[in-house]
Amino acid sequence: MSDAFPNPIAATPAGEPCIRCDDVSVTFFKGRQSVSAIEGLSLEVARGEFLALLGPSGCGKSTLLRVVSGLVQPSAGSVEVLGTTAALARRRRDIGFVFQDAALLPWRTALENVALPLEVSHEAPKQQLQRAEEMLDFMGLGARRHAYPHELSGGMRQRVSIARALVSDPKILLMDEPFAALDEITRDRLNEELRRIWKKTGVTILFVTHGIYEAAYLGQRVLMLAANPGRVKEILRVDLPEDRTLRIRENSEFIALSARLRRLMEEAS
Amino acid sequence: MTKPSGSLNATASQNAALQVYLAKRRKEKILDLVLPIFGVVGLLFFWWAVVKGFHVRPFIAPSPLLVATSFARNHAILFGNLLPTAVEAVGGFLIGNLTAIAMAILFVHVKPLRQIFFPVAVMLNSIPVVAKAPILILIMGSGLAPKTTIAAFVCFFPTLVNMLEGLGSVDPQVMELMEILSASKAQVLFKVRFYNSLPYLFSSMRIAASMSVIGAVVGEWIGSTRGIGALILQATYAFDTGLLYSAILMSTLLAGAFFVVITYFEKLTIVWPAEGSH
Repeated sequence: MSDAFPNPIAATPAGEPCIRCDDVSVTFFKGRQSVSAIEGLSLEVARGEFLALLGPSGCGKSTLLRVVSGLVQPSAGSVEVLGTTAALARRRRDIGFVFQDAALLPWRTALENVALPLEVSHEAPKQQLQRAEEMLDFMGLGARRHAYPHELSGGMRQRVSIARALVSDPKILLMDEPFAALDEITRDRLNEELRRIWKKTGVTILFVTHGIYEAAYLGQRVLMLAANPGRVKEILRVDLPEDRTLRIRENSEFIALSARLRRLMEEAS
Repeated sequence: MTKPSGSLNATASQNAALQVYLAKRRKEKILDLVLPIFGVVGLLFFWWAVVKGFHVRPFIAPSPLLVATSFARNHAILFGNLLPTAVEAVGGFLIGNLTAIAMAILFVHVKPLRQIFFPVAVMLNSIPVVAKAPILILIMGSGLAPKTTIAAFVCFFPTLVNMLEGLGSVDPQVMELMEILSASKAQVLFKVRFYNSLPYLFSSMRIAASMSVIGAVVGEWIGSTRGIGALILQATYAFDTGLLYSAILMSTLLAGAFFVVITYFEKLTIVWPAEGSH
C-alpha cells in the first residue's frame, strides 16, 4: 500500500505552503446586481494539513473551494496552489474534489466511476482497472465493484466518490460538505475513515462543513468564516491528540472547543 | 435484499398472513393478464353486435368476421403493400432521428446556431403533415423519397427537443467534476452528455416509432400506387371495407411492432433508473 500512496509531506520541503490565498475577493453578478461572495480573504494551508472550513450558509465556503481548484477566478487578490496557479495545478491532476451528492455517473458501475479520472487522462486501460480496483479495495468496497450507484447506499456512494477523487493520487483533496446528506451513524463512520485515509495518504484536505462537531473532530485547524460577504472570522488550532476516535467527543476539551465554535458560528451568521 | 426473508423462525400467524398475501398477489397477476384480453374481446363483440343489430351494410362498415375473411383472402396484397410503407417508415425514422441527434449536438455546443435555427425548426414543425406532404411530392416526385422524407420530418422534431434537453440537463456537479478533471468537450460529450440523453432519446423514439408509420401512410395518400396508404385509398373508393379495415390493421401492427422493438432496445440499454429516483 505504501507504494500506491507516495507521501507528499515527506517529499516536499517542510514549511512550504501548499495553498496560499492572498486578499482574495470573488464577485458574482446576479441580475443587475453584483454580489460579493468572498471579500479580502487570506489563508495559508501547509502541505499535508487537514483544514476544516466551517461557517454559516452564504459564507462562501463552497466558492473558496472553487477558487482553490481554479474553477472560479477571483476578481481580486492572488491564489497560489503547489507553487503555481490553481488552474495549472488542476490540469496537472493535483486536485481531487468530492461533492455533496457523490455526483456518480448512474450508467457506470462503482469501478467504472472510480476509473473515470484515469480514463479522462488517457491512462492505459489495464492500469486504469488495476488502480481503480486498488482504490475501491482501499475504501472497503472491493466486493461491490460491479454495482451501479443506485444499488449502493448513500454512504457507499460517497466512498466510491472519495475513491474516485483519490485515484489519480492528488496532492490536495477538496471536499464540499461530502457527508451532509448522510445519516448520523454513517457520517460518524466516514469521519473516522476520512482521518484514516488522510493519515495513510498524507494528502492535504480542505473540508467544507456546516457541522460543528464534524469540523472539530476532523480538522487540525478550523477556519471559521463569516457570511455576507464571506471572510475569515477566526482560525482555531485543534489541540486534540492526533490518534483520535469519535470517543473524543465525550472529552471535556472537545466539548469546550465545540462550544466555542458554536458561539463563533452564532456571531458569524 | 428486499425479497421476503426465509420463514425459518416465522410464527404460524406470520405464515398465514404470508399465504393470504401470496394468494392476493397471484390473483392480481391473473387479472393483469385476463382484463386486457377481456377488453379486446369485448370491443370485437360490441362491434359485431352493432353491425348485426343495426343492420349496417357491409360497404358502410364491415363486421369483424368480414374483416377477418378479407384479411385471409388478401394477405398477399396486404403484405406486398406493407413492405414499401415499412421501408419508408424505418428509413424516415433513421434519417429523422440521426439528423435530430446531430443537430442537437451542434446546438448544445454552438449557442448562436441554436438561436438561429431552433425557431425555424419550431415553425417547420407547426406545418401539418398533410400540408407538408404535397409540397414534398411536388419537389421529389412520387418514389420512396418524399414519403421517407415526410416520415423523417415527423420523427425529427420530438427527438430534437428531447435530445436538447437530454444533452443539456447534466447534473451541474458532474459538469464541475469533468471541469476538475480537465476533460475535453469531446470527453464530456461521449462520457457524460451522450449517456445522460439516452433515456430522453428513447422516450422520443418510442413516439417516433408510431409517428413514422403515420408519416409514411399520409405520404402515400397524396401520391402513390403502392403501400398501405395507397391501399387504404383504393379500398375506400371501391367500398371494399373489409380490405380497408385490414389495411388499417396492417399499419397498426407495423407501428406496434416498431414500438415493441424500440422498447426492447431501451430495456437492454438503460440499465440505470430514471433521473432523481436514487
